[in-house]
Amino acid sequence: MLAYTLKRILATLPVMGFVVVFVFLLVRIAPGDPAAILAGDYATPENVQKIRAGLGLDKPIHLQFALYVGSLIRGDLGQSLHSRRPVSQLIAQRIEPTLALALSTLVFAVLTAVPLGVLAAWRAGSLVDRAVMVIAVGGFSIPIFWLGFLLIYLFSVKLDLLPVQGYVSFREGIVPFIQHLILPTIALGMVYTALLARITRASLLEVLQSDYIRTANAKGLKPATVLFTHALKNAAVPIVTTIGVGFALLIGGVVITESVFALPGLGRLTVDAILQRDYSIIQGVTLIFSFSYALVNLLVDMSYTLFDPRIRY
Amino acid sequence: MGPQTQVTVTPYDRLPGWAKVRRFIVRNPTTVAGAALLVCMVLLAAFAPYLKTVNPVDMNPVDRLKTPGITHWFGTDMYGRDSYSRVIYGARISLFVGLVVAAITSVVGLAVGLISGFVRKLDNIIMRVMDGIMALPDLLLAISFVALTKASVRNVIIALIIPQTPRVVRLVRSIVLTLREQPFVEAATAMGARVPRIMIRHLLPNTLAALIVQGTYVMASAVLIEAGLSFLGAGTPPEIPSWGNIMAEARSYVRVAFWLLLFPGLFLAVTVLSINLVGDGLRDMLDPRIAKRMR
Repeated sequence: MLAYTLKRILATLPVMGFVVVFVFLLVRIAPGDPAAILAGDYATPENVQKIRAGLGLDKPIHLQFALYVGSLIRGDLGQSLHSRRPVSQLIAQRIEPTLALALSTLVFAVLTAVPLGVLAAWRAGSLVDRAVMVIAVGGFSIPIFWLGFLLIYLFSVKLDLLPVQGYVSFREGIVPFIQHLILPTIALGMVYTALLARITRASLLEVLQSDYIRTANAKGLKPATVLFTHALKNAAVPIVTTIGVGFALLIGGVVITESVFALPGLGRLTVDAILQRDYSIIQGVTLIFSFSYALVNLLVDMSYTLFDPRIRY
Repeated sequence: MGPQTQVTVTPYDRLPGWAKVRRFIVRNPTTVAGAALLVCMVLLAAFAPYLKTVNPVDMNPVDRLKTPGITHWFGTDMYGRDSYSRVIYGARISLFVGLVVAAITSVVGLAVGLISGFVRKLDNIIMRVMDGIMALPDLLLAISFVALTKASVRNVIIALIIPQTPRVVRLVRSIVLTLREQPFVEAATAMGARVPRIMIRHLLPNTLAALIVQGTYVMASAVLIEAGLSFLGAGTPPEIPSWGNIMAEARSYVRVAFWLLLFPGLFLAVTVLSINLVGDGLRDMLDPRIAKRMR
């Protein structure tokens, strides 16, 4: 297991390397000189030159890359072009709402999608099955931000049940914390739910045709036992894989959802950075999100042993 | 469908033309509905100037924030612009971006996938690059690209092509990998056919079905992500109305003018839904075996 873990980590290194190169080049190929942006509209050429030297932009590109990788290894993501504060510090300040939203969405999606998918597979071809598939196709087609505004309009403006926007930390009270997360979670979770429900149904349908399920049914086990302990466990590997792959949807969605619900998280940081053309923040956030995506998929790979003992490392 | 209904079925070839059409509709209701909606959307976009629209960027401060009614079907926005005209013209951007991205992604993905699957020396390099691109979440990649260049329709299209292409490459490559072991490819090689000829005459036609289906999914994501980018301010520039930036401008009016958010979002959702329905239908029709490789 340990050897496998190390091997998997090593296998993600080239991908991570590519991400670092890409993020590094992104700023270099971009039109517009970061130093000039930083210096402002009324800067003298000497001023711009000084800032360029300060950022290390006057050095040859391979040296710049080496310096960039070096600082990354030390955990230094650079400095915001506008506020001049370390990017890692800005990210640390904004990470809590994003983590809270991502985790609640993950839980929401798994808790709704898996039962729906199981139900649909168990009663394949029935009305229930069709209803689930309609939800699945619909969930794929509804834009997150539109769903977000529909929910705000319905539950906050018309019914006045939940807060419109904003974020309250769990340290300030667990009830307002949850209240503020409900609508964003549903808006963001819909796509994920649709994806997972679809794959749960497909995976379970395949398993339900196997001989050991017929045996389990024949020996008089309760349908629930057959479904959840025998079938679902064997259908789990594709489902868990999809949780990992779908994490990319979640990351993209987080940026939009935070914007709709005015959550002060990493997504907001990204959007503000886009508007201010703050390259270093965009670089830092892209790196963090890509690394977390790789990490989640690494964990997914590790979890296979839990569901299928035949997978031995 | 029980066994009774099957007794009365006339062989397909002997049916008159209209009955063939009718049977097709009855058997594929969702696909036909999706195709019909999509055709409607395309027609709306194509004939936008003739559909009782006014200039979508004309401001009219006297008519600000009018509720939907007879003169302004979808109401007016905070600058007094006609929301209906803006939504109809917005269809042009969404569909144009979706179609162009789907077309270019399919062609590039097909070419790279064929090479990767058949020329083994290049396979490893190509696939590592594709893995790298896929490690970046697609919306984030598109955001970074547009943020660092300039918000224009062309840059949005490029920003969408980059993250979507690896998906097509992987699909085409996986098909080529199974095809290359088939006797007909072996026979062609034995007869001395060159690699380009094998790729174009023997491999390419066999990937088309899957490619078309994947193309519809690419189009659906492109339409959605373009709207998302425009909503975040990293997409279509504000002077061109698109569903995403219409909603971005209207976002602070959710309490007082909800119609400004309702209509563009509805059109967007219906468009994406119709593309997805057509994609699912094509997938089931063209080849049930390819269904498993999708998504």
